[in-house]
Amino acid sequence: MDHISPVLWQFLQKWLTHFALFPPEASTVAPESDALFFFMVLVSLIGLTIVVLLIVGFSILYSKKRHPQAVQIEGSTLLEATWTIIPLGLFLVMFVWGALLYFRIYTPPANAMNIYVVGKQWMWKAEHPGGQHEINTLHVPVGRPIQITLISQDVFHSFSIPAFRVKREAIPGRYTTVWFQATAVGTYHLFCTQYCGTDHSEMIGDVIVMTPEDFKKWLESSTSGNSLAQNGERLFASLSCNACHNTRPDARGPSLANVYNAHLTLSSGQPVTVDDAFLRDAILNPSQHTTQGYAPIMPTYQGQISEEGVIALVEYIKNLDSDYRVQQTTNTTDLLPDTEGGKPAAGAKAPAAEKEVKP
Amino acid sequence: MSPTTAVSTIVTLPDQSTARIPKMNFLTKENGLLSWLLTGDHKRIATLYLISITFFFFIGGALAGLIRLELLTPQTSLMAADTYNKVFTMHGIIMIFFFLVPSVPATLGNFLIPMMIGAKDLALPKVNLLSWYLYIIGGCMGVYVMASGGVDTGWTFTTPLSTHYVNTHVISTAMAAFIAGFSSVFTGLNFIVTIHKMRCPGMTWFRLPLFVWSNYAASILMVLGTPVLAITLVLVMLERAFGIGVFDPTKGGDPILFQHLFWFYSHPAVYIMILPGMGVISEVVSTFSRKRVFGYTAVAFSSVAIAVFGFFVWAHHMFIMGISNYAALIFSLLTMLVAVPSAIKIFNWAFTLYKGSITFETPMLYAFGFMGLFTIGGLTGVFLGTTGTDIHLTETYFIVAHFHFVMVGGMLMAFLSGMHFWWPKWTGRMYPEKISQFAAVVTFIGFNFTFFPQFILGMLGMPRRYASYPPEFQALNVFSTAGASILGVGYLLPIIYLTWSLKYGAVAGNNPWQATGLEWQTQSPPLTENFTEIPVMDHEAYDYEWLEKQDLAKMQAEKEVASV
Amino acid sequence: MSDSTAIANGGQALSNSANTANSAHGEHPPYQRHHFASVEQQADTTNFAMWLFLLTEIMFFGGLFTSYLIMRNWYYQAFVDASHQLSIFWGTGNTVVLIASSFTMAMSVWSAEMKRRKSLLIYLCLTLVFGLTFLGIKGIEWHEKWEKHHIPGAHYSVQSFLNPQSDPEVYKEYQDKPLPPDAAQKTEEYFFLYFAMTGMHALHMVIGIGILVFMIFRAKAGAYTTGHVTFVENFGLYWHFVDIIWIYLFALLYLISRH
Repeated sequence: MDHISPVLWQFLQKWLTHFALFPPEASTVAPESDALFFFMVLVSLIGLTIVVLLIVGFSILYSKKRHPQAVQIEGSTLLEATWTIIPLGLFLVMFVWGALLYFRIYTPPANAMNIYVVGKQWMWKAEHPGGQHEINTLHVPVGRPIQITLISQDVFHSFSIPAFRVKREAIPGRYTTVWFQATAVGTYHLFCTQYCGTDHSEMIGDVIVMTPEDFKKWLESSTSGNSLAQNGERLFASLSCNACHNTRPDARGPSLANVYNAHLTLSSGQPVTVDDAFLRDAILNPSQHTTQGYAPIMPTYQGQISEEGVIALVEYIKNLDSDYRVQQTTNTTDLLPDTEGGKPAAGAKAPAAEKEVKP
Repeated sequence: MSPTTAVSTIVTLPDQSTARIPKMNFLTKENGLLSWLLTGDHKRIATLYLISITFFFFIGGALAGLIRLELLTPQTSLMAADTYNKVFTMHGIIMIFFFLVPSVPATLGNFLIPMMIGAKDLALPKVNLLSWYLYIIGGCMGVYVMASGGVDTGWTFTTPLSTHYVNTHVISTAMAAFIAGFSSVFTGLNFIVTIHKMRCPGMTWFRLPLFVWSNYAASILMVLGTPVLAITLVLVMLERAFGIGVFDPTKGGDPILFQHLFWFYSHPAVYIMILPGMGVISEVVSTFSRKRVFGYTAVAFSSVAIAVFGFFVWAHHMFIMGISNYAALIFSLLTMLVAVPSAIKIFNWAFTLYKGSITFETPMLYAFGFMGLFTIGGLTGVFLGTTGTDIHLTETYFIVAHFHFVMVGGMLMAFLSGMHFWWPKWTGRMYPEKISQFAAVVTFIGFNFTFFPQFILGMLGMPRRYASYPPEFQALNVFSTAGASILGVGYLLPIIYLTWSLKYGAVAGNNPWQATGLEWQTQSPPLTENFTEIPVMDHEAYDYEWLEKQDLAKMQAEKEVASV
Repeated sequence: MSDSTAIANGGQALSNSANTANSAHGEHPPYQRHHFASVEQQADTTNFAMWLFLLTEIMFFGGLFTSYLIMRNWYYQAFVDASHQLSIFWGTGNTVVLIASSFTMAMSVWSAEMKRRKSLLIYLCLTLVFGLTFLGIKGIEWHEKWEKHHIPGAHYSVQSFLNPQSDPEVYKEYQDKPLPPDAAQKTEEYFFLYFAMTGMHALHMVIGIGILVFMIFRAKAGAYTTGHVTFVENFGLYWHFVDIIWIYLFALLYLISRH
């Protein structure tokens, strides 16, 4: 309780000199969000003023002293229509405007740079494709669209950057995405806003927006050496994925070269587009994601890899742009010492090496 | 009774030197604990409910006080984070399941609905009593949970946190809520059956008081929505007990399924909570303007519209949870539709004042407070129903402020309005007017100081359910806590003076407010059977001209008696 | 007129002096509650109440059916294979037993209306027997699940699905192909829903049987054969409802993709 006075004073000072009801507008979408918000505040103020004026005005004009005899009025269809249609119209305007904003925030542009974020009790782990890992911090360059691919390791969390006006739930079991483009260099709050247990209020951090040059310097200085894709390649080899997913003609699994963003047909006949979510699901629930023409023999890796591991694998597969690359990985495996990936993983046993084509 | 000559009040009391509380009434009919615990009389059951929910309200309120005290400082100073988590969880559970959901229906609804429709009791008195026992059992389980360590999942029981990641009393709490849920279902069932089947002759649907319409709409929600919560809680309990369930992603389940099932009830639940309060406001505004509610039909239909639309908007609690953008669109559109009937009601009440003859007794002050605060709360709901702004505002203090404005600024004020309005009928006594008006104003001021800063905190980004927070949010939190202390005074005062009035209040007589409505035609407190003969309804609702004729006829009769 | 009166304009009581508090106990049957104006109103009201209660029960089971439909849509093959573990013989038997019990329940209502005490007792007892038979068969089925380690939780085993030939009875009938391990794991979801749904249904049966026992004693004392049949009628509605729920459960749980 002894912290109240000085902090309070500081805060009041800051507040009175930089009167802000809002966090700073630090992303491209923030002014749009604020514009809609202010429109709604304006409409609400007008609505509230009308209601209050009606109540106060009528109370004064028709108080018992001034108006001793009430006049019984049944109603007025015109008035009912008015105060049905006008509020409805205003709400629909807000709906459309908000829907456009919503689609904007949740539809990442194609050229967005992807950063993976895993939420777990009680920290945020960010993974840049270059292999830089951060905990409770996120370094991003200014002026570039950034997509955040979120997932939770355990319970629901929610990734919130008030200054950017974005927020997205991190759900266990599937990826969610959100994107933003920062417009001002600085440090901004990162919060977890979905109650997640004991240290929910400790799950906060900083988003550090840097100039592109500073960001490049930061990337170089914080890498552990391997990019996410390289880590993924190691995992791919050590989990013996390439026992089946290689480029040999008798391979038991499809080659994964250029599979990202490809259109596949599953053995159920369903057509799919291979995105992050599909790759993750295929690793964890393979029997439901069998490509047509292949037997459903892939073992599940549920429980054997963490979400970070899955992210590394996904990133690796995303960067597999040629059969040659796949071959390289296979070569790496063959060169690995016996303890690491020399033997196939449990469950990866193959029946006769023929492709079973379903009728 | 002679019409009052005092100008600024409509209170019409009998001559205090000769007036007495009627000796035979529902309170005095039988004595002894068993006659209360085994009663079928809807008015006694309502009284039992009133005492119980007041008890739970103060527990929930004490927990709220603890929350605000902790939030005075940015760090966790008063209690550990785990304890804070338990405190806000229990605050939510008790306030929602054990106070707000039963408040107006189980107390005022139980007490008034049979009288308002001209019946002698609810259709199913035994079910009514069962309903109260289920509530008490659920409540006792809740108290047991609190005493034995509490639960810290948040009132929303989000899986997989509640099923696999906490080691507190989730199953007991879920069971308590489950049992209390059936209490709610039976109350609603009773109301619907009663209103359909036991209206007195001449009481057509459109002659019913709007209080009955509102409770009817809320009852539809109670009856159809609560069972879905019940089965969801069962699934959570099973999943927690056996470690396998439909909400666990590692086993093939889906935590989002829980969200859909939970909010399918919990959104209609908020309309269960607010609709009966709106019914109270209709009665109070009408009486203290001496006018029929403007647009009776519109208000009646808007209650039912809120109930129907209320079932179709649940996923607006899930806009950021990864539902498809198109699903979000549909639910947002439907949310806009459900907002409109509430707006209709506010305007209809405001226009009831037009060309009325308005006085400002305590129930009317609370009603005015309701109209202003519910307008703010309801409009901020539109902010949240708009998908784009919801992204920034959801899961922050904006949400906390929004629902406290509608539930506390709205519903609780309506409850207090109703309690003051029908207190004379219930107890035969008037409460003291000046102090009650003072308490109403104190409550209004305290409420605004407590919860308005929370809108700003939300806009600034402060997340909800945080035991500690960044220091720059402190000033607004201190402000909010200061307001809460004022609000607490505003809630304590009625307990004191209402209890005082039981012994020392003025004798109220049948109809101190000169209100229409069949309940005001009976003695105060009423007889156990309400009416000695079933009345016949031969006039419209809120027919003040009929009331005048009644009074004239009575005066005439008294004159004739006196002149003999 | 004094304070507690009907409307001054001479409102007529709905029935003569039957319901005034002060008069001697009027001309209404002893089973008519005092807040009702007539026996018809009481019967109509309680009947409406029971239908409304059954509506709440539909919403209650609805949550389970929704979860089932979603999971079945996602994990169809696992659900098919898991449902092959259920015995069509016992399931059909149970269905027949419950339908028979609904018939005897309907006959009970008829007996009550016809004021035939002995007949009522016989049919109620038959209904009880059928109900208990149903629970007994359920017990047999659940026991079998226990033995095969198909109860979800710590002791669940997917062996029967990874290697169907290890379960000769079921394999003989269906010749299921082995499921991949991740699909086999989803059979646990099926059984979770199976036990939740049949368990909830069984709970409703137990409650119904409890009320039936109470009714048998009251029927013996002649309570339902003097014209007051509403209790039996309304209970009949409840019983039929529990039967209908079972029929849906049977179709959804036992009959997935039977040819």
